[in-house]
Amino acid sequence: MNLPRQRYEETFVLNLGPQHPATHGVLRIKVTMDGEYVIKAEPVLGYIHRMHEKIAEQGNFAQFMPYTARMDYLHALAFNHGYCLVVERAAGIEVPERAEYIRVITVELNRIASHLLWWAAFLLDLGGFTPLLYAFDDREQILDLLERTTGSRLTYCYFRFGGVCNDIDDEFISGTRTFIDRLRKRLPVMYHSLVTGNIILIKRIKDIGIISTEQCRRYGASGPVARGSGIDFDVRKHEPYSIYPELDFDIPVYNEGDSMARYMVRMDEIEQSLRIIEQALDKLPDGPIMAKVPKNLRPEAGTCYAAVETARGSLGHRLLCNGDRNPYRLKLRSPTFSNLSLFAEVAEGMMIADVLAFLGSLDLVIPEIDR
Amino acid sequence: MEATNKLHTTLLTLFGSLNEGAEDATAQNDNDATEARVATIPLDYSRSGANLEQHCRPEQLRTAAELLNTQHFLLESITGVDWPEKNQFEVLYDFIHYAVPQYRVLLRCTVSRDEAIVPSLCSIFSAADWHEREVYDLFGILFDGHPNLIRILLPEDADFYPLRKDYMP
Repeated sequence: MNLPRQRYEETFVLNLGPQHPATHGVLRIKVTMDGEYVIKAEPVLGYIHRMHEKIAEQGNFAQFMPYTARMDYLHALAFNHGYCLVVERAAGIEVPERAEYIRVITVELNRIASHLLWWAAFLLDLGGFTPLLYAFDDREQILDLLERTTGSRLTYCYFRFGGVCNDIDDEFISGTRTFIDRLRKRLPVMYHSLVTGNIILIKRIKDIGIISTEQCRRYGASGPVARGSGIDFDVRKHEPYSIYPELDFDIPVYNEGDSMARYMVRMDEIEQSLRIIEQALDKLPDGPIMAKVPKNLRPEAGTCYAAVETARGSLGHRLLCNGDRNPYRLKLRSPTFSNLSLFAEVAEGMMIADVLAFLGSLDLVIPEIDR
Repeated sequence: MEATNKLHTTLLTLFGSLNEGAEDATAQNDNDATEARVATIPLDYSRSGANLEQHCRPEQLRTAAELLNTQHFLLESITGVDWPEKNQFEVLYDFIHYAVPQYRVLLRCTVSRDEAIVPSLCSIFSAADWHEREVYDLFGILFDGHPNLIRILLPEDADFYPLRKDYMP
């Protein structure tokens, strides 16, 4: 970028991680530096690799369900949803309408929690400690709501093939409505006035880490990374699933491609998720929350694919069945794996402090990359 | 919907050129019919999540990927599969399009387990770099032309390929 053209006479290698606080988890980046400029960045993965795809092959379909939440622990319900979708598609299971609504409400609540935590951690990377306390205050409300219904606060195992395992009650509904009002009041004041418009933040992330549209395509980027680079791509609209087609919401897209654009996409998405939840609560139908599903699924032989939009982008499952009780092969296409792969190309020539801001703006969850 | 249909027709024509001569090959060698199968199969999106499946031989893979690249597809994922009964590995490539909704193309390619080499798509899609390294890491399938084919998830000194069916932890 603004790197002076010269021969590098004295370079050194800097290891970011695997225990560096700015990498949020166990990502290691080998950076070759010339002074404060990055000449080459090389992410080294696998520090939290658990071979979930092999685990999936060894148990039956239902037994893999709890593992899905252990990948993206910030948006665990979306991983529940993605796995349910692909198995339901393979086995031809219809989900009752009420269950679809409950799925969307809980997934969107979880998406807001994920974005809030990203926001807090990102600003922490940039040196602002206070926002973390606001964001965790709001996130706590969501976790309490989800805990009532799902039974856990982080690694949910709430969805079942053909529905969900617990119905939501009136207290959950009124609590969610209270939360929507609360966050709507707090967003412009605590989040936007205090942080988004802050000149220090703007100086740190505006025009930093610009990703072009073509780069997004070459690397298969999705989620806020693609939408921050002017690509109108969201699986909820692109390959509609569940009841998303019946709900009215917008996909925020920013054309700048810098870290600020990705920041804005996520902030706008929080508002859109609130809209989705509100509509879903209004329309929530009565009825069963589970379809009649055989205990042991044996989908017929063949392959199918299903994608969902997580807080980080498009999560895909490719499932191959051979008519047996366990998946023959389950491939997880995790969004940050592709999003991180473009990091090396973009980081070249940046200053190390900017690289950390750029890295934060990608919203990485390492267990999901390493699987 | 119109854009989807148009793209579908274009792809059927483009892939048609790959299939030429394939029938002669199968007629000559009936035993290899499944192995060297080259065919374009339209799929039902609501059942399989994809619209088009193209089976190709390893040497055609780069041509097929080039065709998809000219149509501005993006490589979403690469899946390796082990079929020990047939003594084969299969590699599945998923492609989607940013601008055309509900459209997914699946390239399928089988190689012998004894000589598992597939051409690399790195020079066409940068995404292939990491995805191919992952397939190599977990199955031991080699990607010819990959600039940096080293393990990505497992430790560099691992001497096994965990997703092969004969590997038991």
